Amino acid sequence: MTPEEWTAVRLSLLVATTATLASLPFGVAIAWLLARRRFWGKSLLDTLVHLPLIMPPVVTGYLLLISFGRRGPIGAFLADEFGIVFSFRWTGAALACAVMGFPLLVRAIRLSIEAVDTRLEAAAGTLGANPLLVFATITLPLCLPGVIAGAILCFAKAMGEFGATITFVSNIPGETQTLPTLIYTLTQIPGGDAGALRLTLVSIAISMAALLGSELLARRIGVRQMAA
Amino acid sequence: MSLDVDLDHAREGFRLSARFSAAPGLTALFGRSGSGKTTLVDIVGGLIRPDRGKVAVDGQVLVDTESSLFVSKHRRRIGYVFQDSRLFPHLSVRRNLLYGRWFARANGDGAAADLGAVVELLGIGALLERRPDSLSGGEKQRVAIGRALLAHPRLLLMDEPLASLDEARRAEILPYIERLRDEAGVPILYVSHSVAEVARLATTVVILSEGRVTAVGPVADILAQADTADGGSVLEAAVVRHDETFQLSVLASAAGELQVPRLSAPVGAPVRAYIRARDVMLSLKPPEEISALNVLAGRVVAISPLANGAQADVRLDCNGAALTARLTAKSVQRLALAPGRPVHAVIKSVSFERS
Repeated sequence: MTPEEWTAVRLSLLVATTATLASLPFGVAIAWLLARRRFWGKSLLDTLVHLPLIMPPVVTGYLLLISFGRRGPIGAFLADEFGIVFSFRWTGAALACAVMGFPLLVRAIRLSIEAVDTRLEAAAGTLGANPLLVFATITLPLCLPGVIAGAILCFAKAMGEFGATITFVSNIPGETQTLPTLIYTLTQIPGGDAGALRLTLVSIAISMAALLGSELLARRIGVRQMAA
Repeated sequence: MSLDVDLDHAREGFRLSARFSAAPGLTALFGRSGSGKTTLVDIVGGLIRPDRGKVAVDGQVLVDTESSLFVSKHRRRIGYVFQDSRLFPHLSVRRNLLYGRWFARANGDGAAADLGAVVELLGIGALLERRPDSLSGGEKQRVAIGRALLAHPRLLLMDEPLASLDEARRAEILPYIERLRDEAGVPILYVSHSVAEVARLATTVVILSEGRVTAVGPVADILAQADTADGGSVLEAAVVRHDETFQLSVLASAAGELQVPRLSAPVGAPVRAYIRARDVMLSLKPPEEISALNVLAGRVVAISPLANGAQADVRLDCNGAALTARLTAKSVQRLALAPGRPVHAVIKSVSFERS
């Protein structure tokens, strides 16, 4: 593999890991809200979360560009106040991947929270646990397999994200050129076929490793709960 | 402990309207299914907000809709043993037991109960490292009782804790609940629709019928009026000896000696005999050469005809103990029963059932 290809693989792993880990707490919080709470605007929130799943990725990327770009309202604010810049940086690629993977993350976690028996949560409450501790000690451990499944889905989506990433942060080698965007570039130039094929194999290997890893992790959690 | 309840709550065409005060000991909420028992207990435990009303334990108000006061369930320190145990499936028995104690300790409750003592009280020492899935129904309920106790509650709610168990498992748990009542000193609000359970366990009985409290009082006084389904009476007694030849146990009660099918309780142990009104026969003379082993001498106190007029409940005073016999109106007339008349109550030993 060429150094350019290695860079793209490393960057993709960094972008996908960052996107997954950073969106996990928000994903769990929103999944819990949607699963357990009734509030005004719930269906609006539900729709907003799912929007990236339904809209063309290019549209999502463009919306990110006009809002989180250097001159966009949110992007300008974050850059001026906190020095966080998304446009044409790998952080932007991570943001795009996080937004695209978020619906999958929330869906999986929401379903597993809904499967947790609320009667157990009520029992924990009568034993003195406040709602936050009930969540941490009962709900979260019981829905952990769903959280892992959601995280893997989000990671896989992030590894393969193309449309929103290339629209939002372009395809800059070493900064925003991820595995899929490099494969795309290689297929556009003469003699790039061998590189594209190599990266395709790498992509398959990473996907399988992620799946296997999640499987093992889920089993270990199952075993630990069994032994606990 | 005192528990004061005064509330109204409506849901799905059902109205609960309850007012009562409970004395220390075990208070049984007794009534048919659908009479609102669980709703009432859920309100006391803080799982349901009542439409209107007030609940106070030991003078501390937990809910008062008038002043919009609602203490959430995790601040109430009220233990709840559910019908379906609700043990946490991802935690071992030990960690289930310690779950509530941890919060009791964190809140500076130094008096939190000792694990060893509770484990010993409930006989669950061998289960500590097991997982809830692998326990039998009776074991699950004992662990659930232990878990609630270790949270050091000031009141323990038990919602038909034996309903999902078969006879053998019930018999296994009842003694532990008796010990809880007598040794642990935790006041208990106990929901049941089983007369036998209430007769055996209760200090005070609250009868709930279609969402309304129809009677409150000591178990012996109240059970006779319970739904008039069998209008039985409770006799406090003690085991005198066991008759191994005939597999009988001899009990001593204020009313006299009773012979019942062999009990497992040791000699000297206090027991309660529950006698259904329809199992009691009356005779004006001491009966001779009959098969029934139990004859108690008494005096008629009152005769109350039942709704249909064909039968009547005759209340007796047998040396201070109350006993009720259900007779046909014809028998009442034939024997010319009237208050003050001395009679002999005859009860077959086989009519006693172990609970």
